Amino acid sequence: MKQRSLFDVISPIMIGPSSSHTAGAVRLGLLVKNIYELTPKRVKFILYNSFAQTGRGHGTDKGLMAGLFGYGVDSDHIKNIFTMHQVQNTVYSYEYAQNPDRHPNSVDFILDGEINMKISGNSIGAGKVEIIKIDDFDVKIRGEFNTLLLFYKDKPGMISKVSTLIQDENINIASLECDRNARGQTASMCICLDSEISADIINKIQKIDDVYFVRNVKKLED
Amino acid sequence: MEYSINTFEKLLEECRINNKKIYEIMQEKEAYDLEITVETVREKVYKNILAMKAAIKNGINSKEKSYSGLCGDDCYKLKEKYSKVPSLFGKLYEKITMYSLATTEENLRMNKIVACPTAGSCGIVPAVIIALSEEKELTKDDEINALITAGTIGFVVSSKVAMAGAVAGCQAECGVASMMAAASVVQILGGNEFQIVNAAALAIKNLLGLTCDPVAGLVEIPCVKRNAFLAVHAITAAELALADIESKIPPDEVIDAMVQTGQLMSPLLKETSKGGLSLTKSGILLNERLGK
Repeated sequence: MKQRSLFDVISPIMIGPSSSHTAGAVRLGLLVKNIYELTPKRVKFILYNSFAQTGRGHGTDKGLMAGLFGYGVDSDHIKNIFTMHQVQNTVYSYEYAQNPDRHPNSVDFILDGEINMKISGNSIGAGKVEIIKIDDFDVKIRGEFNTLLLFYKDKPGMISKVSTLIQDENINIASLECDRNARGQTASMCICLDSEISADIINKIQKIDDVYFVRNVKKLED
Repeated sequence: MEYSINTFEKLLEECRINNKKIYEIMQEKEAYDLEITVETVREKVYKNILAMKAAIKNGINSKEKSYSGLCGDDCYKLKEKYSKVPSLFGKLYEKITMYSLATTEENLRMNKIVACPTAGSCGIVPAVIIALSEEKELTKDDEINALITAGTIGFVVSSKVAMAGAVAGCQAECGVASMMAAASVVQILGGNEFQIVNAAALAIKNLLGLTCDPVAGLVEIPCVKRNAFLAVHAITAAELALADIESKIPPDEVIDAMVQTGQLMSPLLKETSKGGLSLTKSGILLNERLGK
């Protein structure tokens, strides 16, 4: 499914020094912001492997934080992110770990606030990123499509209910992936869409019985 | 148009069948995939060229050190040297070496650059294209054609390997940048499509096994100077290719060798700063000093 582009190779225009460790970190932060949507009271970052080994020198810590607060890869604020007012109002910490089962450039965001959430992602090269896990669910969100993310009770007919609502608005589904922790318990759905989805449809999906959580995870700008 | 260009062989095949240049195939494919016009693709490319020029302009006169204090004044030193003793190889060589250092030093200052293909290798393609553009008085269209040609090389390679030092060492960063730069030079100098691809193959063939062992984990030692070396390296590859000196191993097979070499390289030499230069006596000392 993965569609590649010329601009994967000759972009982004970004703050240095590392596309995987700085820009990739910013983009992971931006995706997490789009998923979490709220301002966390407390955030812990766990950096793995190469992110842990060389992250500080590459400004990975600054990049993750800048993204989480909505600053893009070319923002002049990345360099001084820890002096920003919003950041100083948040309790934050960084941990560094080695785990051969994780991607070389990998991170967990542990967010506390109105809701608690753990989000894991990888920086997979040249500034490209993927969110691979939210709490206990495997997901695949790369920020290349507007992605509808749902948590719901695992039962027959849910996919069809959701996809019908999307179809009614004449929006094409680029891909759809589901995961569940056990039959009849909570499941997750990631739907990549070819265009924008209206707030109205999202509201309707939210009102389907046994849908616990809906997010319209906006795709990342270049 | 819907072109399939996941290998160099397929890319050349599309050029042959459609009687088009590499950049034409790429811009049409990109326009098709992104559902935008070719003109919009070219304007997006030009935006990157303008950002490259801005980074060179900002970097060429700066001697601001990086946060670590290890690097940041190499371009300045080189410029001083050239003003007293010009390069053996003339003005173009002077510009290529200075522009690559200027761009890379902007990067380590946490200033704005264009990842091409990555940030650690951001100095190579711009140095070559912008220096040639100035010396050969290229038009905006020439510059765009050159950068799209460079990007196409990276695009093909990225179908086989991710552009990250952590995955395949510096082969996949400065190595690929040097391939891209070599291809852009052949495009600028009017070479044919095979010569363009061949130049890229010759460039990477002589960089196989290039490690990513940055001292103290910073994109500084050896990255900054390596950008200057591999910008010049690209010129050698382009000159050979323009003479029809062929890589005896076909370009796609050279990439296979690069991917395999990357897999065989120890993780200690792939962006973990646990081997090579980073583990020398001085490398360890610098790391300890910066840790304080």
